[in-house]
Amino acid sequence: MKSHHDLVRLEQVNLHFGRNHVLQNIDMALHKGCITTIIGPNGAGKTTLVKVVLGLTKPSTGNVWCEDGLRIGYMPQKLHIDRTFPLTVQRFLQTAQCKDKSLMLEALSDVGAETLLKESIHGLSGGEMQRVLLARALLRNPNLLVLDEPVQGVDINGQLELYALIARIRDQRNCGVLMISHDLHLVMSSTDHVICMNHHICCSGHPEQVSNDPSFVDLFGQRGAEQLALYNHHHNHRHNTHGDVVHEHCEHDHG
Amino acid sequence: MADFLILALLGGLGVAAIAGPLGSFVVWRRMAYFGDTLAHSALLGVSLGFLFDINLNVAVIACCVILALTLVTLQRQHLVATDTLLGIMAHSSLSLGLVAIALIDDIRVDLMAYLFGDLLAVTPEDLYWIYGGGILVAALLYKLWEPLLAITINEELAQVEGVRVTWVRLALMLLIAVIIAVAMKIVGIMLITSLLIIPAAAARRLASTPEQMAIGAAILGCIAVIFGLGLSYQWDTPAGPSVVVVSMLEFLILYSWPQRQLA
Repeated sequence: MKSHHDLVRLEQVNLHFGRNHVLQNIDMALHKGCITTIIGPNGAGKTTLVKVVLGLTKPSTGNVWCEDGLRIGYMPQKLHIDRTFPLTVQRFLQTAQCKDKSLMLEALSDVGAETLLKESIHGLSGGEMQRVLLARALLRNPNLLVLDEPVQGVDINGQLELYALIARIRDQRNCGVLMISHDLHLVMSSTDHVICMNHHICCSGHPEQVSNDPSFVDLFGQRGAEQLALYNHHHNHRHNTHGDVVHEHCEHDHG
Repeated sequence: MADFLILALLGGLGVAAIAGPLGSFVVWRRMAYFGDTLAHSALLGVSLGFLFDINLNVAVIACCVILALTLVTLQRQHLVATDTLLGIMAHSSLSLGLVAIALIDDIRVDLMAYLFGDLLAVTPEDLYWIYGGGILVAALLYKLWEPLLAITINEELAQVEGVRVTWVRLALMLLIAVIIAVAMKIVGIMLITSLLIIPAAAARRLASTPEQMAIGAAILGCIAVIFGLGLSYQWDTPAGPSVVVVSMLEFLILYSWPQRQLA
């Protein structure tokens, strides 16, 4: 009786770095059309867990199962490109094995960055760079998007907008999404499943479920948990980067 | 024009044309010191070549390749920092080479020719090596171009997308080893890295894509060879260093020219 279409399954994954037991008995599954968010304090092993999912790090014990034909679109936490490396957004997108300019423009407009095609990658702001990285991940036509702190270096309004964008991409493409966030209250409204971890999985489930879980309160303190509860009660609208109100389900257009 | 000048010109142009694209990767991936270390070890290759009476080009390529592989292995052990490791290997292999040459009784080796190049003494056989090696390197570079760019942008991203990062990285090291072996004749062990990095760094000012920089570096390198040889012919200056001086001038001109940043 399987109600979900699994893309990746981790079974009893353990990982040791020297004497550090970084990942402890991790069981998790990523589903098609489902946004899974990993939250946890710094040094909790979030990025390491993502690297196991990506196949970049082999677990010490346990199994990682991937669906046949899984195509991962990965957006690393930070992409540092040396200034000696001349690169335009267009040439950068071409490295996703895409030569078709109209496809590139489509991916850029999906993330609201269609004006950046000819720009130098070195002149982009933090938020623009994250959008370009996301567009590049989309160009690979992934059935699983993996995003390591996708809103890093983006201001609060931009963060809300990016999370909404990720949710919209999931709706349009019905792909699975795995992302890391340390900003609990912003990500809650646009995620289906939360995994709260500190080397082991402390609790997991729907966002509301997790925010009421005692181990979550333990990990983030009463204050963090209350902020979260508050967040669930307000906001029937969002703001885009220009400060304008953007309604939840309205079509999105850019000037 | 004298025959030796035509040979020198052909040899220099062949090396500069392939050093441009490869040198771009040396600049992007910050491998300048790595190139220098390989170049230093070339002298050890020369002396081993004399000692065992094998073709010097083969000996130098083999020595560079072995050094590159040793370096990768030692780097993984994290015994000392990479720059320290490079320094140790560069100067140890150079010294070993010098000591070994001194120990060979019956052969007088023109050390200066190996250290600073002897462009004007290029033989037709050298040209076969330069163009054979150059074409091989160019073909591999063309075939590996996209994966090489991918690992230069981000190795983890490349690996997730199916690039075999370790192999591509190793291939780049071997290509650099081959180029160093064939370029030794032109500018000598001490100056090879300059031929790789100066034209590439100068071309950065004119480029907005990696391809433009690679081709620009090849063209600037060729110009440096032509004018360097001219300088050498006119005023009897040493040919290899003259080529390096011209490429330095190119670099200075391009960087002092006020201009907008391209990409």
